[in-house]
Amino acid sequence: MYLNQFLLLAAVLFCLGVYGVLARRNAVLVLMSIELMLNAVNINLIAFGAFRDNVIGQVFSLFVITIAAAEVGVGLAIVLLIFRNRADIDLDELDLMKG
Amino acid sequence: MVAQNVVFGILAVVMVIAAFRLVTTQNVVRAALFLAIVLAGAAGIYILLAAEFLAWVQVLVYIGAVVVLLLFGVMLTRAPIGRDADLDNEQRLLGALVALFLFGSLGAVLLDAFGDQKVGTFGIRRTAEVSDSIFGDFVIPFELASILLLSALVGAVALARRD
Repeated sequence: MYLNQFLLLAAVLFCLGVYGVLARRNAVLVLMSIELMLNAVNINLIAFGAFRDNVIGQVFSLFVITIAAAEVGVGLAIVLLIFRNRADIDLDELDLMKG
Repeated sequence: MVAQNVVFGILAVVMVIAAFRLVTTQNVVRAALFLAIVLAGAAGIYILLAAEFLAWVQVLVYIGAVVVLLLFGVMLTRAPIGRDADLDNEQRLLGALVALFLFGSLGAVLLDAFGDQKVGTFGIRRTAEVSDSIFGDFVIPFELASILLLSALVGAVALARRD
C-alpha cells in the first residue's frame, strides 16, 4: 500500500468539506462539512502513524476525535440559540455585525 | 497486499461518492446519513491501517454520538425534512473553484513529497501501547482534554438553556 493513496483520499475528503463549508446555507450542514474535514485529518494522522510505525498518530487522532465531539456539542448549542433568537439558521442572514 | 488494495479501493470509492453527495444533496436528513457512511468508511480505513481501537472509537463516538447529535440539531431547528432547493448559497461556483485549487495544490505537494513511498510492513499495535503513550508522554494533553470536555459541557448547557 502506498502512503499517497491514503493522503490523496484524505485530501479529496478535505476539499469536499471545504466546498461544503463555503457553499452551504444551513448551519447544521456546515457543521457536518466541518466533521468531514476533521475526519480527513484523522485519516492523515493514522496513515502517518502506520508509515512511521509508531502509536503517536493514533494518540493524536484520539485527541482530534475528543475535540471534534466537544466542538459539535458547543456548535449545535450556538445554532440552537441562533434559531431561538431569529427563527432561522440561514448563515447568509447572519450579518448583524456587517458595517 | 492485493486484498488490502481492493478493500481500500472499494472504501475510497464509497467514501468519495458519499462525501460528494453530502455536500451536494438538497435534503438535510439524507446529508446526515451520507455523513454516517463516510464515517463508517473511515473506520474501515483505520482497520486497514491496523488501528482497531481507533476504528471502534470512531464508530462509537462519531456514528453513535455525533451523527445522532446532528440529527437532533436538524429536528430542533425545524429544518425542512424533505427536499429543499434553498440549501446552497450563490457562492457555490466560487466555493467549487477554491476546493479544486486546494485539491490541485495539495495533490501536487503530496505527489512531490511522498512520490512512491510505501506504508510498508507496520507492526500490529496493541491498545495497551496506545494507552501507555496517552498516560505516559501525553498525560498533560489528556488532562487538558478532560478540562476542555467539561467546559464544553457546561458551555453547551449554559448556551442552550431556556431561562
